[in-house]
Amino acid sequence: MHVPDGFLDAPTSLATAGVAAVGVVSALVGAARRELDDRTAPLAGLVAAFVFATQMLNFPVGAGTSGHLLGGALAAVLVGPCTATLCLTVVLLAQALLFADGGLTAIGTNITLMGLVGVWVGWLTFRGVQALLPRRVGMVVPAAAVGAFLSVPVAALGFVALYAVGGQAPIPLDRLATAMVGWHLLIGVGEAVITALAVSSIVAVRPDLVHGARKVLQQRELVVREEVRA
Amino acid sequence: MRSVSTRRLVVVGLLVALVLAGVVSYYASSHPDGLNYVAEKVGFLSTGRRHATDGSPFAGYSTRGVGNARLSGGLAGVVGVLVVGLVGGGLAWLLRRRGHGPSEDRR
Repeated sequence: MHVPDGFLDAPTSLATAGVAAVGVVSALVGAARRELDDRTAPLAGLVAAFVFATQMLNFPVGAGTSGHLLGGALAAVLVGPCTATLCLTVVLLAQALLFADGGLTAIGTNITLMGLVGVWVGWLTFRGVQALLPRRVGMVVPAAAVGAFLSVPVAALGFVALYAVGGQAPIPLDRLATAMVGWHLLIGVGEAVITALAVSSIVAVRPDLVHGARKVLQQRELVVREEVRA
Repeated sequence: MRSVSTRRLVVVGLLVALVLAGVVSYYASSHPDGLNYVAEKVGFLSTGRRHATDGSPFAGYSTRGVGNARLSGGLAGVVGVLVVGLVGGGLAWLLRRRGHGPSEDRR
C-alpha cells in the first residue's frame, strides 16, 4: 500500500507529514516510558527486520493483483503499539530512501496509513477482542488475527479519505472506495494468517516477551501466588 | 516447555527474516499490489511520479550491477533486513528503560 509521489497534492502530503511527525514523537515517548526495557528491546529490532522481510513477499490475491503484509497489528501485539509505530517508521523510511518504494513526499502519508492507522486499528481491535475472549494466553493469537484482518481495509479507507481531500485526479470516489476496501479485505485475510503464524510462534516459546500477553500473564501469576499462600 | 533465551530467539528470528528477504522474496508475486492495481483500474496510476531515489543502488529491490535476478533481489533483501534490524534495534536499545522490566520490578 506504499503511496508514491504524485497521488496526493502538496497540502495533503504536508498535513499527513505533520500528523506522522506528531505520531512518531508521541510513540518515542510512549515506547520509552511504557514498552521498552532490557528484555523487550532486542525483540523490537527483530520485529522491524521481520516486517521489512515480509513486506517483500507479495502474495497473489487474484485477477492480476497482489498484497503484502502491512505488519502493524503484528508489531503492536508483539512489542506494543508505540514501539510498533517506530518499527513501521524505520521500515518505511528504509523502503523510501534505499529501495525507492513509497514516495519521499508521501513518507508522511505512508507513516500515517501504515504506521499509525494500521498499528492502532490493529492494536485497539486486538484489545477489544481480547476483552471478549477467555483470559488465556492462547487467546492472544486469534485476537491478533482479527486485529490484523481489520487493520488492512481500514488503512485502505484511510487512503480513500486522503484522496477525497487531496487526490490529484478527478475520479469517482465511490468506485475508489469500493475497489480499495474490496481488494484490501482479501489482503486482510493474508495479513491475519501471517500475523497468526508469527505471533503464535513467539507465544509458543516466550509468551513473557509478547506485549499483548502481559496482562493475561500477570493475572495468572497473581492467582498462582494466592494458591501458594493458602 | 523448555524456555528459549532472548538471544537465541532473536538470532533464529533474524535468520528467518534473512531467508525470507534473501531467498523466498524471489518467488513473491510480481503483480501490482492492491493500491497500484486499483489506481490503474480507477485511472489515476499515471499521476504517480518517478521516484526521487530511483538512482539508489538498491532501487526497486534489486542490486545495481548484479545481473542475476535471484542474486540481485536477494542481496537487496539481505541489506534491507540488516539495515532495518540495526536501526530499529538500535533505536529500541537507546529508548529502553534501564534495569529490569516492569514485571520484574514487582517481584
